[in-house]
Amino acid sequence: MGVVELISFVLMTAGGFCVFVGGVGVLRMPDLYTRMHAASVTDTAGLFLVATGLMLHAGWSLPLFKLVAILVFLLVTSPTAAYALANAAMLSGHPPAGVRDETVPSAGRDGETP
Amino acid sequence: MEFLALYNYWVFAVLLLIGLYAVVAKVNLVKRLIGLSIFQGAVFLLYISMDKVEGGTAPIFQTADGAGVFSNPLPQVLILTAIVVGIATTALGLAVVVRIREEYGTVEEDVIEDMDADS
Amino acid sequence: MTLVFGVFLLTLLVIVAVAIVRSTNLFAAVMLSGIFSLLMAVNFFLLDAADVALTEAAVGAGVATVLFLSALALTAEHEQVRPGGAALQWLPLVVAFATGGLLIYATFQNPVIGDPNAPVHQHVAPWYLENTPELIDIPNVVTAVLGSFRGFDTLGEVFVVFTAGIGVLSILGLRHTLVEMTSAEIDARQRSLRHHLIPRVVGRGMVPFILLFALYVQFHGEYSPGGGFQAGAIAAAAIILYSLLEGDDRGRALVPEWLLQIMVASGALLFGGVGVVCMLLGGSFLDYSVLAEVPSEGQHLGLLLIELGVGITVSGVLLTVFHAFARRASR
Repeated sequence: MGVVELISFVLMTAGGFCVFVGGVGVLRMPDLYTRMHAASVTDTAGLFLVATGLMLHAGWSLPLFKLVAILVFLLVTSPTAAYALANAAMLSGHPPAGVRDETVPSAGRDGETP
Repeated sequence: MEFLALYNYWVFAVLLLIGLYAVVAKVNLVKRLIGLSIFQGAVFLLYISMDKVEGGTAPIFQTADGAGVFSNPLPQVLILTAIVVGIATTALGLAVVVRIREEYGTVEEDVIEDMDADS
Repeated sequence: MTLVFGVFLLTLLVIVAVAIVRSTNLFAAVMLSGIFSLLMAVNFFLLDAADVALTEAAVGAGVATVLFLSALALTAEHEQVRPGGAALQWLPLVVAFATGGLLIYATFQNPVIGDPNAPVHQHVAPWYLENTPELIDIPNVVTAVLGSFRGFDTLGEVFVVFTAGIGVLSILGLRHTLVEMTSAEIDARQRSLRHHLIPRVVGRGMVPFILLFALYVQFHGEYSPGGGFQAGAIAAAAIILYSLLEGDDRGRALVPEWLLQIMVASGALLFGGVGVVCMLLGGSFLDYSVLAEVPSEGQHLGLLLIELGVGITVSGVLLTVFHAFARRASR
């Protein structure tokens, strides 16, 4: 096994570990926002690591460029999806745990509907 | 691992069971359509499970003469079109459900039957 | 290793299906059925069905979820819970378990997964695999069988999709007079994402790339997984994303309804028309070999045209259905 292969497997294992930690966080965290935080942060890190590992594995070939495209799209879309989800939760009236109701604004600033 | 050689078929049967239960037992019409799509998914899984050939790859030739071991393309063709037809018929079902909601004000089947019996 | 992965994914599939049936919140059930479709697509891919996986991911996880959600906006988001109604119902349960048990009993007669000597691999399919390089001369056998060997079948499927589109239109109304509304009123009613800056900016950036990918899937379908069914669904998903972000009225301004109606009809017409041209050139119906001097080039041309027809009709029908639901919501 060459050095590049070894690095790629280490990266993919680290990525898998990140996603696993995210899964544990989703189960263990107290409310929606912390759960989402756990899921989205580890997901992005895990995705980056797994995709980089796969790119090293693929070498200079067409799959490399496809992986780059997938990585770029997911790095942009997955935080956006997390934002949209959190915003929707806020607008539909789910206050974060540990925050008293009167301190929570009735609607998110960015997502305020007229 | 020998006993897992039929696992796909068992999952097919269990999914079919779940879908059938949803279609028969649920009174909410939207839920029934979701159950129907689970049922459809089970049938798709049955067909695609049959196409697998040990050691084969997806039926796309890598060389010009088509050498190599490939999975069976025929079930794939049948299911590929069936998926698109499935969504089209589900859309038709949803349209009927929406019209029912507009006429009766509900999509719960037992309530609708009561209303029909009263009138 | 693949077996372990497959067993894991199939088990997840069953868990998700149980969760869908148990959930009384229909919104959650629809979201779970999106996950169900995605898991199903991964399973298809593991079973060497790349084309089917692509279709299931685009149609099941993408378009179906949006259609169910727009239907939920017009009906109710929760199942009505009755006193004692959440409990399992015994008669349907017995019927379902009897059916499932019989099917599992029947599977013990089945050949194991991947057995090359299974009866299903003995007829027809080997002939397709053997003769595709010579007769059709394209790498993707699925496209060859879909478009050429079983073209008549596919024509029928396209007409089923076409008929379903017409059915939805005739149930939910072809036209109706839109009440003149101020843009503020439209904004308030549409419930679009027009005021959500981040999803809107990112989503708008995605739409051209999704359309480009749809074109790649459409025209590269003879060499890699893809074809008209997948491309039509992906293209429709791109326009649906635009409509969700900007509001249904702007989505309809982008692809107007008259254009959609022409698309729905002309795609099916193109497919049938290619068949008729084949007959006029002296071949049989949908026998593309007569379209060019060299038979295999004729097959290439015919496949390109009919896949285009399939793509146009599928994207047209899916968009028409989406607009029919969305327009009801905005009324």
